[in-house]
Amino acid sequence: MKIAEIEQEIIEEFELFGDDWEGKYEHLIDLAKSIPMIDTQYKTDDRLIKGCQSKVWLHSRLKDGKVIFTADSDAIITKGIVALMIRVISEHTADEIINAQFEFINKIGLIEHLSPTRSNGLISMIKQMKMDAVVYKQMKL
Amino acid sequence: MIIKTINSTFNIQKIRQDFPILSEKVNGKPLVYMDSGSTAQKPTQVIDAVSNYYQKQNSNIHRGVHHLSQEITIAYEKARATVQNHLNAEVPQEIIFTSGTTDSINLVASSFGRKYINKGDEIIISEMEHHSNILPWQMLCEERGAVLKVIPINDEGELRLDEYKNLLCSKTKIVAVTHVSNTLGTINPVKEMIALAHEQNIPVLIDGAQAVTHMKVDVQDLDADFYCFSGHKLFGPTGVGILYGKEKWLNEMPPYKVGGGIIKTVTFEKTTYADLPLKFEAGTPHIAGGIGLAAAIDYINDIGLEEIGAYEHEILEYATLKLTAIEGLRIIGTAKDKASVISFVIDGLHPFDVGTILDKQGIAVRTGHHCTQPLMELFGIPGTIRASMVFHNTKEEIDVLVNGIQKAIKMLK
Repeated sequence: MKIAEIEQEIIEEFELFGDDWEGKYEHLIDLAKSIPMIDTQYKTDDRLIKGCQSKVWLHSRLKDGKVIFTADSDAIITKGIVALMIRVISEHTADEIINAQFEFINKIGLIEHLSPTRSNGLISMIKQMKMDAVVYKQMKL
Repeated sequence: MIIKTINSTFNIQKIRQDFPILSEKVNGKPLVYMDSGSTAQKPTQVIDAVSNYYQKQNSNIHRGVHHLSQEITIAYEKARATVQNHLNAEVPQEIIFTSGTTDSINLVASSFGRKYINKGDEIIISEMEHHSNILPWQMLCEERGAVLKVIPINDEGELRLDEYKNLLCSKTKIVAVTHVSNTLGTINPVKEMIALAHEQNIPVLIDGAQAVTHMKVDVQDLDADFYCFSGHKLFGPTGVGILYGKEKWLNEMPPYKVGGGIIKTVTFEKTTYADLPLKFEAGTPHIAGGIGLAAAIDYINDIGLEEIGAYEHEILEYATLKLTAIEGLRIIGTAKDKASVISFVIDGLHPFDVGTILDKQGIAVRTGHHCTQPLMELFGIPGTIRASMVFHNTKEEIDVLVNGIQKAIKMLK
């Protein structure tokens, strides 16, 4: 599936909850459990995304021309959001990742987590995912 | 609800009406604001004073001969006198307007440091300091080759005075400690600590950012050499703060920032500086801030700090009782003497997750390390959830918080 298609799938999934914030967050907490877990050996300080409050570890590798992400977080809501991000962009090419807009975050009503004041490192994580993609792209050239 | 306190009647309903923001809704729920330790909400009296300044008084102070400039100069100096009276400082020139507690501490670290701190000297702080009362001293120590000494705390979150006494020595040049811990709520015995330092002629700076909100501070009674606080935590505007300093120190200390308004004469060879307090107030100050801060001080004095203290003690006890009853909840900071600030953690839950779920219910608390990372490390936790309450909070709001926490536990576990 293309990135935009996966985003659309997530938007529809969250639309079911309407204004029910509890349902939405419970779903996010469920999604946290489905995160492609980072291998313990990669759960090191240098793979930590710098966020003020919750820790996020991110690892990527290239397989058959596609970037595969794994991650973990010590906060479950953050972990749910990270799981969504990975579902959207993992197993895509570097170019697709570089061009991803992540519009679903706004559309599913989680935009507040993107605000820099939120300091949960989500913006830094997007930046890191795209930077990894840039590195893989240059490696290929 | 009307609560009888020591001298008068504490009318919580009327007080809540003074704060327009308290009728706002957040995420469709009535706002429960328990983050006053970060910044306090503003009563109409302060908002009106600031608005009136911009609408009717705006002009620069100490500069013009025209009517508005003279009027606002008088008003600004009156604001200084309000702060002086509030802190019971001996003279108005001991009150320096700064941009906040951080600025006040930086002023002393930089200016006092340049004059008095040399290689091998020691500066004493404590384990419960806010980063604002660590970093300026750490930087000073690095620059001057001085050594930072840290007073440890016990398991309850109280300073260990026995250790403090051992740290005080002939090498100590200044002690800088907080009056009330922003994270733990502990009220430190600063009067006793100052007396101990003074036995060896060591000056003491008190970070009063969290204290002034909750209690009467008398700098002469404390015998503090420096006392700092921020306007915005005292129901005043952001961007304005106070440094109280004993005149003898301020007179000897060099200017911290230089520029307009702080000089007697300037030539390219030599500048002579103005007397106190202008020596430390380069540039156009936050005039609206000073005016607003004075209005805030008048406001809390109208209610009465004794009444405020008694009421806040009551809600602290109520909240402590209710929160302690929640299974898996642990209060961090259980000092005997506490301000109405409660930090807590919940077994197996990240403070960020709890804070997010509380926010969805309209409850504003702070989560994280509260700019006290060394303290968090000491307790072995990534952060806490902090409910910091003031006199506009009610027992009903505490019940909302407790229910909110229970919902968070149910959702997150």
